[in-house]
Amino acid sequence: MSDAFITIENLTKRFAPGAAPALDGFSAAIRSGCITGLVGPDGAGKTTLMRLMAGLLLPDQGSITIDEFDSVHGAAGIQRQLGYMPQKFGLYEDLTVIENMRLYAELRGLPPAEQGKTFERLLHFTGLAPFTARRAGALSGGMKQKLGLACSLIRTPRLLLLDEPSVGVDPISRRELWSMARELSGEGICTVWSTAYLDEAERCDAVLLMNQGKLLYQGTPADLTTRVRDRTFLLQNPERGRRAVLAAALQSDGVIDGVIQGSAVRLVLAEGAEPPQPATLQAGNDAVLAPVEPRFEDAFIDILGGGPGGHSPLSELLAPIRSDSAHVVEARGLTKTFGNFTAVNNVDFAIRPGEIFGFLGPNGAGKSTTFKMLCGLLKPSAGSATVAGHDLATAASAARSRIGYMAQKFSLYGNLTVSQNLTFFSRVYGLPLQSRREAVDGMVGIFHLEPYLNTAADALPIGFKQRLALACSVMHNPAVLFLDEPTSGVDPITRREFWTHINAMVERGVTIMITTHFMDEAEYCDRIAVIYQGRVIDTAPPDALKDSVRSEKLTDPCLEDAFIELIRRSEQEQEKAA
Amino acid sequence: MKDGSLRRLRALIFKELLQIMRDPSSILIAFVLPLILLFAFGYALSLDAVGLKVGLVLENTTPPARSFAASLTQSRYFDVTTAQNRRGLEEDLVAGRLAGVVIIPSYFTRRLARPGRTAPIQVLTDATQPNTASFVENYVRGAWQTWLQLRAREQGRVLPVPVRLQPRFWFNSELNSHFFLVPGSVAIVMTLIGAILTALVVAREWERGTMEAMMATPITIRELLAGKLVPYYILGMGSMLLTLFMAVEVFHVPFRGSFPVLCLVATVFLMAALGLGLFISTLARNQFVAAQVALLAAFLPSFLLSGFIFEISSMPWFIQLITRVMAARYFVSSLQTLFLAGDIWAELVPDMLAMLAIATVLFTITALKTVKRLD
Repeated sequence: MSDAFITIENLTKRFAPGAAPALDGFSAAIRSGCITGLVGPDGAGKTTLMRLMAGLLLPDQGSITIDEFDSVHGAAGIQRQLGYMPQKFGLYEDLTVIENMRLYAELRGLPPAEQGKTFERLLHFTGLAPFTARRAGALSGGMKQKLGLACSLIRTPRLLLLDEPSVGVDPISRRELWSMARELSGEGICTVWSTAYLDEAERCDAVLLMNQGKLLYQGTPADLTTRVRDRTFLLQNPERGRRAVLAAALQSDGVIDGVIQGSAVRLVLAEGAEPPQPATLQAGNDAVLAPVEPRFEDAFIDILGGGPGGHSPLSELLAPIRSDSAHVVEARGLTKTFGNFTAVNNVDFAIRPGEIFGFLGPNGAGKSTTFKMLCGLLKPSAGSATVAGHDLATAASAARSRIGYMAQKFSLYGNLTVSQNLTFFSRVYGLPLQSRREAVDGMVGIFHLEPYLNTAADALPIGFKQRLALACSVMHNPAVLFLDEPTSGVDPITRREFWTHINAMVERGVTIMITTHFMDEAEYCDRIAVIYQGRVIDTAPPDALKDSVRSEKLTDPCLEDAFIELIRRSEQEQEKAA
Repeated sequence: MKDGSLRRLRALIFKELLQIMRDPSSILIAFVLPLILLFAFGYALSLDAVGLKVGLVLENTTPPARSFAASLTQSRYFDVTTAQNRRGLEEDLVAGRLAGVVIIPSYFTRRLARPGRTAPIQVLTDATQPNTASFVENYVRGAWQTWLQLRAREQGRVLPVPVRLQPRFWFNSELNSHFFLVPGSVAIVMTLIGAILTALVVAREWERGTMEAMMATPITIRELLAGKLVPYYILGMGSMLLTLFMAVEVFHVPFRGSFPVLCLVATVFLMAALGLGLFISTLARNQFVAAQVALLAAFLPSFLLSGFIFEISSMPWFIQLITRVMAARYFVSSLQTLFLAGDIWAELVPDMLAMLAIATVLFTITALKTVKRLD
């Protein structure tokens, strides 16, 4: 490509002599005036590549040329025209919004005469104008992202590197950030946006698809998607439970990938394979298999060699859970205040046995706080909750023995090995010796942990960390499983595997309560509670949520559209009330 | 280009000063901790023994025995509990309520009448605290000698004393330990600011990812280092001024040197301390490790090996060798010179040269080790 702004040639980078390379013979070209997505699962080498482009790391082999500068000898030249937003934003938390901007303006040598105008423009652009005097540490995640972006744009750069700007950011902020980047690339800036979200990747002008330090694909997302043209189908109106249909479909020949989409099941077929008949999947007479538009994610899974099968051995290990009551988890007027801040405000819901109940909301909406109350880790300020028949106020420890909890942050013992962690948790839950051994061996087999038995948990790849955490939280056969962002930072294949396990557990009668920022995962839920500013603003099945925001302008809303619209409405109501 | 560099440096310094002012922990270390240290050294910790708690067993109540007992109870060094037999007092000694027990036995008068034999009194001390025990022993011995001489004079005799000592303590005529502890605490505080605070704030920048963002801007390594040096130099000097003021005004420690010379010496020491802090920060990129390293490499040596509390000349030779590469050692010695003696250049210049050498080595290594990259 002769019009390349960035040329990467045969780039290799290793962090330790014996270790697997973070980047392995990587070559690519990146053009100006568009958004190039750096797409891949965690550990693919995205951050390493960003840092190499910013001249912050030395390559072991190969070279990067940006404009006419070499990233090793011309790092200063690159940095003069660079806007760089690292994953941790690079903001000084003790400094206010405007002080942070002023600092970067001085460091980048923006003439004082131009500063006033530039600040005004960027503050308007990012919507931060009302918050100039607020300290960066007191901003929400989404606002920090925008300030980080503003700081990297102080002197309009020619190259803008954004390292996973949407991680941990709610869908609303993600959308706003995206439209800002879109506007900038229109001005001729070369924008590189790294992400693990495939819906984001789909919107990029070009993508570099990477896995384990290697380039898998380079080109437009649309071209990649054509790989799976005429191979994607939607099975609607399955009579039998959609989870069972999905499991059956994934085990039939010719199906390489499948996910649940609300009440329907989406399938991707292998090249040249015949679509399975709804009857063979025992989906019932009303079920219809219809072709649908392929998505980027379908092609991504295809290029990685297909998703995992639909069978989870977990279902054989777990004893079936029977429940006599109509509701396994019930919250009545649940409230939690910290000082004068109300994190959870009068929340009501009831979850039926064997249901997947999703908790969806922006950062800081009160999801994790609610979880911690339901697990008996936080005492509610008001209201009450029962879990598995036990009132948390009076029998918290009895309730706790019936639940499994996977925290948002990795909460196993990092310096214990995988097998030590498993043994420890089996003891903590008081399993008798015989079943302890069975449970540990079972978990090792189900989650493919054999190669890592003697590895310290801290040294595991992220996907295996999450697997281990899930294993530790289910080995005592809980009736209710609380999963707080279990798949954050996990690649799409491993995420599918997680959902195979989750679906299998639900089929055995386990009740699941889950939070996630991935909208495609929310589709797996039976019902979703949308939570915002500590309050539940709507509770409905995914398809009903989508229907509730359908309009002339929005004829085929996705779950993210529904989520954003519901929050917008809630804000409007509040304004009216105020 | 030159102009841009100055602007960047100014912006970095301004940023750092804002952070210092808004971060309660820097204020705590720079201005509250010195006060706590001064009060601790000024009031709580003292190397002088005054009012030692001792027991006195009077098994003999003749006039000479009573006279010696009175000389003990009247001494300002002792806080005496008197008893007729030793049992209760021995228990107190074992329990640590008393530092020692002095026994005037029933045969006291007999022994006294027959000079030449061993002393007719017994001293028991709690040697689990050897320092205090030897104070008790020495003070009782001193009291005994004085009493004997007084008694001899009363009886019109002169006790033969081979050599008469007339000690005169220069520079600290009252042997007041505050006078050298308080200046020493200046060294502790400046080590905390120069080495530990600096190492911590750099590690914090790594942890929060701001260092990565800084490195992707056009600033140079020299600007980055200077941007840390200048603010913490200012903070260190400010804290030194506060300590000096408190030492002189509240604790009445004499200050016999001159203010500009003190500033000069403190500047040289701060360079060494800041150099150590920045050097540690090149090794440790998280605050926990930085704190550990700084504690071991900067704080403990400045406390234990600087001659601040423990005299260097009484350390084993290899430890003495180690103290020679500790900047705090030279600073404590300079401070004691400045406070208690004055601007004695013959003392100050060698100390300053040593600190300057240490600072130069540390800065050179740091500058060579720091590159504008993450690996």
